[in-house]
Amino acid sequence: MTAAIHARELTYAWPNKPALLDVRDFRIERGERVFLRGPSGSGKSTLLGLLGGVLEPDSGHIELAGTDITPLSASARDRFRGDHLGFIFQMFNLIPYLGVLDNVVLPARFSAARAARVPNGDLEGEARRLLDALGLGARDIASRPVTELSIGQQQRVAAARALLGKPEIIIADEPTSSLDADARTDFLNLLMRECGTQGATLLFVSHDLALGGLFDRTVQLAQINRALEVAA
Amino acid sequence: MIFSLALRSLGNRRSTALLTVAAIAVSVALLLGVQKMRTAARESFANTVSGVDLIVGARSGQLNLLLYSVFRVGDATANVSWESYQKIARHPDVAWTIPISLGDSHRGFRVLGTTNDYFRHYHYAGERALVFTEGKPFAALYDVVLGADVARALGYRLGSEVVVAHGLGNVSFALHKDKPFRVVGILAPTGTPVDRTVHVPLEAITAIHQDFQGASQPAIGARIGASAAREQVDLTPQSITAFMVGMRSKVMTFTMQRAINEYRSEPLLAIIPGVALTQLWNLVGIADTALMVIAGFVVLAGLLGMLTAILTSLNERRREMAILRSVGARPRHIFTLLVTEAGLLAASGVLAGVALCYGLLFAAAPLLERHYGLVLPLTGLSTQDAALLGAIVVAGLFMGSWPAWRAYRNTLSDGLTLRV
Ligand SMILES: Nc1ncnc2c1ncn2[C@@H]1O[C@H](COP(=O)(O)OP(=O)(O)O)[C@@H](O)[C@H]1O
Ligand SMILES: [Mg+2]
Repeated sequence: MTAAIHARELTYAWPNKPALLDVRDFRIERGERVFLRGPSGSGKSTLLGLLGGVLEPDSGHIELAGTDITPLSASARDRFRGDHLGFIFQMFNLIPYLGVLDNVVLPARFSAARAARVPNGDLEGEARRLLDALGLGARDIASRPVTELSIGQQQRVAAARALLGKPEIIIADEPTSSLDADARTDFLNLLMRECGTQGATLLFVSHDLALGGLFDRTVQLAQINRALEVAA
Repeated sequence: MIFSLALRSLGNRRSTALLTVAAIAVSVALLLGVQKMRTAARESFANTVSGVDLIVGARSGQLNLLLYSVFRVGDATANVSWESYQKIARHPDVAWTIPISLGDSHRGFRVLGTTNDYFRHYHYAGERALVFTEGKPFAALYDVVLGADVARALGYRLGSEVVVAHGLGNVSFALHKDKPFRVVGILAPTGTPVDRTVHVPLEAITAIHQDFQGASQPAIGARIGASAAREQVDLTPQSITAFMVGMRSKVMTFTMQRAINEYRSEPLLAIIPGVALTQLWNLVGIADTALMVIAGFVVLAGLLGMLTAILTSLNERRREMAILRSVGARPRHIFTLLVTEAGLLAASGVLAGVALCYGLLFAAAPLLERHYGLVLPLTGLSTQDAALLGAIVVAGLFMGSWPAWRAYRNTLSDGLTLRV
């Protein structure tokens, strides 16, 4: 069985900046829940951009669920991302002019593959099920403008969106950094449980050490990134 | 998909979007209004006189003849002798003639001596004949028929007495006070110089000039009273200023025109009104082209307002674009989204502008017709109008492609790193 994520000999530098990433071998198995830790500015988000196919590495290969995305064209990578990856960001995850349900079903609008994996094609039903599973079962939530939700609620809507259509990989970039401690563990527990139900691989990025214990494995970015060693 | 996103994104910035649409709408309404007015003005100009095949006067310039005979502007340099007029009027190819005698005025309005054939044969705006709102044509020597503007401006009604001044000065000291006229008819507005004309019988012009030799007052005691003038044996004028000709058959018009222009016994000029009117319009039309250019710039200003609104929103929307990217949107989706928004704004602006323009025209048309006789054709959009409006939407799309391009570039350089 191929890995969920496998990066080899990966290097990247932002234009006119020194080398930021140099990853020899970083592998995450399918269904694994990995915590990637590193201080602010160490290149975590940049690595996720590379994994998501939004950024193009200077050299090396990235394999996602058995597909090497590095030789793909930019638009093929965009399609691949839409089909196989779910993203959750730190804050302001939602499109302000769409309702809760429309935000959740958004991936299915861009990816036919994601839409096809929704049982019976019932996008709204699936969205409601996910919201429910993430503790947003109250009926009125779905109809409220997203701008009226608390940050904790917004992050759960974002998680539901990332999970819709059963993508193989969920990538979360500091999704809990704007939450208080209680909300943080609540959110994480629900996210992990739902990832488990769907069999999704979870790559969770944060600078917050305290969360590490909840994951299968914790990786320090400094451990896999040779560029940092040189810099340090 | 992108279309519904664009719609809802605009809905989210409702007030900015509405203001943008309103600005475009007002500018489009102006442009379309100018365009409509222009067409209407040109038509009504070309329709100042119709059904008349030739206008004949003493030999001078074509425009000069048109101006004094139809627009009552300027003066004839010479007259047409009664003999020549009669000779042409009796020609077998000529169906009817309208003699015109100018030279007097009444409180700033030109007095025109003519016959009842004027009311029968003078047409304007294609098929429209002169209509009497009150009264009827001349029956007696000192009867007067007023154009609509004259009656309204001077507050005259049927039976009012009118004193004709000699010459054209507004306050003429040489008044034909001893020969008062009586209003027997008032014409409906036509939007032509007819509205500003005081019509009297041709013979009356002769009658009031009986004791005038030139423009000076006659010597006291040498005056002839009104009844005496009326009883004068022959009021046939020696000459008239010009006359209009209707042909039995249109095809004879050019032959007749040539014959008159080559008339031996007197230097005469015959013009075809339509041709002369077009020539005159080409002169006047420059002003309305200028108006059109101004309206075009106002539309440009409206579109620039839209561009500003979209550009200023770009920064706050970078995050939104990154989110769309994360769920699989390609950069070209982002581009399309923003161009679609611009297109929607421009298109709604144009639609609202058309509605606004027609609304105003509907409201104003009866007023314009009643007061100025300007007939606005409430026709649909001409293909030319449609092309113009289409061009505005296309221009909007073009303008929208600039912020769209910037968003496209942003989205490539931002990636998913949502730096605020
Ligand atoms: N879009 C960008 N353009 C240029 N430089 C960037 C961009 N995003 C991040 N960087 C730079 O890359 C480095 C790592 O940033 P980032 O990957 O966001 O780190 P982290 O997520 O670990 O805080 C920083 O020095 C930052 O300035
Ligand atoms: Mg980061």
